[in-house]
Amino acid sequence: MAIFITENSKVLVQGITGGEGTKHTRRMVESGTNIVAGVTPGKGGQEVDGIPVFNSVGDAVAATGADVSVVFVPPRFTKGAVIEAVDAGVPLVVVITEGVPVADTAEFFQYAQNAGTTRVIGPNCPGLISPGKSNAGIIPGDITKAGRIGLVSKSGTLTYQMMYELRDLGFSSAVGIGGDPIIGTTHIDALRAFQDDPETDAIVMIGEIGGDAEERAAAFIKDNVTKPVVGYVAGFTAPEGKTMGHAGAIVSGSSGTAQAKQEALEAVGVRVGKTPSETARIMREIVEKL
Amino acid sequence: MDLYEYQAKDLFAKHGVPTQSGIVVTTAAAARDAAEKIGTTVVVKAQVKTGGRGKAGGVKLAETPDEAQEKAEAILGLDIKGHIVHQVLITEASDIVEEYYVSFLLDRANRTYLAMASVEGGMEIEQLAVERPDALAKIAVDAIEGVTAAKAAEISDAAGFAPEIRDQIIDILQKLWVVFIKEDATLVEVNPLVKDPSGKVLALDGKVSLDENADFRHPDHEALVDNSAIDPLELAAKEKGLNYVKLDGEVGIIGNGAGLVMSTLDVVAYAGEEFGGVTPANFLDIGGGASAQVMADGLEIILGDPSVKSVFVNVFGGITACDAVANGIVQAIALIAEHGHAIDKPLVVRLDGNNADLGRKILTDANLSVVILEDTMDGAARRAAQLAAK
Repeated sequence: MAIFITENSKVLVQGITGGEGTKHTRRMVESGTNIVAGVTPGKGGQEVDGIPVFNSVGDAVAATGADVSVVFVPPRFTKGAVIEAVDAGVPLVVVITEGVPVADTAEFFQYAQNAGTTRVIGPNCPGLISPGKSNAGIIPGDITKAGRIGLVSKSGTLTYQMMYELRDLGFSSAVGIGGDPIIGTTHIDALRAFQDDPETDAIVMIGEIGGDAEERAAAFIKDNVTKPVVGYVAGFTAPEGKTMGHAGAIVSGSSGTAQAKQEALEAVGVRVGKTPSETARIMREIVEKL
Repeated sequence: MDLYEYQAKDLFAKHGVPTQSGIVVTTAAAARDAAEKIGTTVVVKAQVKTGGRGKAGGVKLAETPDEAQEKAEAILGLDIKGHIVHQVLITEASDIVEEYYVSFLLDRANRTYLAMASVEGGMEIEQLAVERPDALAKIAVDAIEGVTAAKAAEISDAAGFAPEIRDQIIDILQKLWVVFIKEDATLVEVNPLVKDPSGKVLALDGKVSLDENADFRHPDHEALVDNSAIDPLELAAKEKGLNYVKLDGEVGIIGNGAGLVMSTLDVVAYAGEEFGGVTPANFLDIGGGASAQVMADGLEIILGDPSVKSVFVNVFGGITACDAVANGIVQAIALIAEHGHAIDKPLVVRLDGNNADLGRKILTDANLSVVILEDTMDGAARRAAQLAAK
């Protein structure tokens, strides 16, 4: 099982002939991903490492039956790329591109919602991995092994850090949802999927300042999640009004503070680590008791 | 990027939103000239990117040019919530019959846009939302459909605008939406929107935030950037393309990935509690790449900050392997030496992840006296805090 991607996923890469697209396609293949196609308009008929390149997502899906698309196209073309994938009926679109205008994200997210057939992850995210099965994005494939912990995180490097800390236990899936103000898949979506996944025993949820996604996730956990959840929130010492790297990571007034997020999570019984290492220790304790 | 009131009003005027033009000046003498030119009673308004200007004494009425000069004298240089006033807007004083509020903003929770409107404008909107939530209409705006005439009417009616100004409000809402979309804004707010004695509705103030991710389609937005209000270290970092935020503490921080760096700030602050309250001096995310040049640029910015007493380099090797990062650190130190700067502050380095052992070996073999290797993030944070406290 695992969530969103499995050993049966057939992955296509939009922007496969670009530098990042080609580099990460190789890494994905090395970590066991079944990459069936690439798409770059005007470069149909070429190959990248033996992977056929098509002019459009529609052509690629028709020829290969791809059911996941990983998007590496530059920001100005991202909206068009996602809409193309939605139109082609691709069920899962993972948008790695950083620096997408938020109006474009709002539009392609609404477009996907209206179509009702595509889940979007990202933008500005590292993608997701089900170790040993499939890896859609840029998460290094070799820092952890397959196991029974699920992980959902706004941050790429904190995802890697946590996977590394718990590498002996291993993960069913790790999902990087991205730190932009509007994202296609939220903590709640991933929590729901992990709750329903028979191969996941416990969940690590990593959040950061900005917005109220963690508070909403806490409310969701209270009513819907019976598996143990351990939390971590980055940005306790972030000053008000300064964007901390991610476009969405900003404390404005009293909203979006790490303190509020921690309190909301603890109020529904989620243990929250003070540091990434402490979070990993808490998860270890919980797993040992299962 | 937040705009000044006068910049926001320029964008309003560009898209046909009725507003009131004025003259921006940086000296009291120029304020006098501006008031003379306008020829009526004027308002002298501090141009700062924060709310609550009125309460802080940053908005004053002036009946004569002499008075405008006097008021500008008092307002220029004022500190409003940490923002120093460098410019004032001189504008005609309007007679106000009623004050309203309208805005468009990003609705993160619902992943779309939100329109807010109220016939009770003037006060701070956060206060209105708490004290009189029923008086503030909130209407979702579909990202694809936008604000049509029908949507504008829905917003106007939900807020309860009077029939005699309804058409004006509908027109203004549609034009403000054009500002929002055409300029790639994440916030367009008018508080107050007013009705004058002739019954005309116009924007007396304006707050606009622009999405910097969309700069590629707005070459004209570059002219709106005001570097004078940016911390000099932040400006130097920006010129080198670094993601840097100046903070108040003593431990310089370099890391890869926004989340990890935010986490590093927290861990250092916790560790600092033990050493007299030492805290981080900055946020600096050098991203996934972490080349020698980027590492050198980052180190130079941080070492250029006189309040920095120690530096913590916290890297998790994911895409970039730790041996490449270690080589980057060694080369960065050499590059900085070439630039004639001696590194006299300790660099505590923690490398983990991809090729960490190789990376640590490179740093050990380089035998650099300023580099101190630590095995864990928590341990390195403690060491950096301890060194900064001395």
